[in-house]
Amino acid sequence: MTIEDIQAEIVDEFSMFDDWMQRYEYMIELGKSLPLIEEQYKTEDNIIKGCQSKVWVHAELEDDKLVFTADSDAIITKGIIAILIRAFSGQKPKDIIEADTDFIDEIGLKEHLSPTRANGLVSMIKQLKLYAVAYQTQLS
Amino acid sequence: MQDTALDIQTIRKDFPILSREVYGRPLVYLDNAATSQTPRQVLDVIVDYYSRYNANIHRGVHALSQEATDAYELARKKIQLHFNIGSTKEIIFTSGTTHSINLVANGFSSILKAGDEVLVSAMEHHSNIVPWQMLCERTGAILKVIPMSQDGELLMDNYRELLSGNTRLVFCNHVSNALGTINPIKEIIDEAHKVGAAVLVDGAQSAAHIRADLQELNVDFYTVSAHKMCGPTGIGILYGKEEWLQKLPPYQGGGEMIAEVTFEKTTYADLPHKFEAGTPNIAGGIAFGAAIDYLNNIGFDAIEAYENELLEYATASLLAIDGLKIYGTSKRKTSVISFNLEGIHPYDVGTILDKLGIAVRTGHHCAQPIMDFFGIPGTIRASFSFYNTKEEVDTLVAGVIKAREMLL
Ligand SMILES: Cc1ncc(COP(=O)(O)O)c(C=O)c1O
Repeated sequence: MTIEDIQAEIVDEFSMFDDWMQRYEYMIELGKSLPLIEEQYKTEDNIIKGCQSKVWVHAELEDDKLVFTADSDAIITKGIIAILIRAFSGQKPKDIIEADTDFIDEIGLKEHLSPTRANGLVSMIKQLKLYAVAYQTQLS
Repeated sequence: MQDTALDIQTIRKDFPILSREVYGRPLVYLDNAATSQTPRQVLDVIVDYYSRYNANIHRGVHALSQEATDAYELARKKIQLHFNIGSTKEIIFTSGTTHSINLVANGFSSILKAGDEVLVSAMEHHSNIVPWQMLCERTGAILKVIPMSQDGELLMDNYRELLSGNTRLVFCNHVSNALGTINPIKEIIDEAHKVGAAVLVDGAQSAAHIRADLQELNVDFYTVSAHKMCGPTGIGILYGKEEWLQKLPPYQGGGEMIAEVTFEKTTYADLPHKFEAGTPNIAGGIAFGAAIDYLNNIGFDAIEAYENELLEYATASLLAIDGLKIYGTSKRKTSVISFNLEGIHPYDVGTILDKLGIAVRTGHHCAQPIMDFFGIPGTIRASFSFYNTKEEVDTLVAGVIKAREMLL
């Protein structure tokens, strides 16, 4: 599936909920199913700055695709990163760089998109894209 | 009816913001330790200033400038009376506590020598740590920490042991923003004076709850931020004993703070203007005076009694929740409750509470050393003001229970 397809799928899932509480409960569930980063990668270097909670992200190239794993000490943050990883993991770096993130708005998490928000969703997106840029240069 | 002398419902009508909604729910504002809300009586003063007599002060011959100067200096007078300060010369208008502390720390650069010691309490806000660390770097002075107990009370025996003939300065908050502890500052000041050390008390968190008598405390420096006591942001004071303020060199140079300027030499203005370079926050100063009037009209005794009632009620209600732990259990506290739910990150709880319209603070509250002491990433902090109600406490408790259900 392309990033766009996955994002559409996520938007579809979230459209079933009629209030924020269900959306958050779902996000918390997603957080619990996040593909966890291996302990060895939970380093200071892998922490994303700009989050009130700690978020670690690790990226690895498998063939020409980038695979992300992550963890956070806060479950809602984990849910958010799980959604991002679902959309971006297993994709080509080039596609990740070019992908837009409007779907966050569509699933009702717009308030988390503000750059001043302590959860650092914006920093997370930036970090995933930075990894993609770094690996893209390796590939070419 | 409230079971208190204060008519809270009438008081609440003074605060326009309290009737707004967030996410379609009535706002429950429990982040008063970060900043308090502003009553119409204070807002009106700001609008009136800009509508009727906005002018630069201390320099104009014209009527508006005179009116503005009078109003600004009247505010200083109100502050003097409120804190029982000996002279208005000892009140420097600043942008707030952070500015006040930096002013003093900067001044001590020319007084401290390598090997001098300064003591800081273990429960300070970063504002009352970092400027002193910078001072120590500049001068070679040594920073030592007065430890605290698990309850969040300073260990006074350790404090007495730390004091010596080398101690020059002690800085401590009157009330801890992260724990709510009311520190025994009278004792801290008296002990420091015995060894000839000066004391700066950070009054940012106390000013809205406790009316400090600065002459009786015999404190050397005291700092206040107006925005934590129903005043506007960007204004506060540094109180300093005259002898100290005479000794300290000016902080910033500019207009207003000079007596005479030639290219060869400048002489400085008298106190307090020596430390007030540039056009100040005139509207803010005047509104600060109005905020003090507002609080005194309600009365600090009534405020303290009612806030204690809220604190007790909220503490008991929150402790009834499974796995809830309160940080800061000193016997003497202001209406601040820092807590965590076992196995849940404070940020998650704050996020859910936010969606329920409840404003609390989460994180380290600019006091990372306290969080390190307890070995936690942060806390959820609910801080109550006299305009909060028991119903709002109930909403908070229901919100925390809901958050726990969702997050566990
Ligand atoms: C104890 C304490 N000290 C200092 C400050 C800093 O005050 P301001 O940001 O108004 O300068 C605060 C504010 O959070 C505080 O609570």
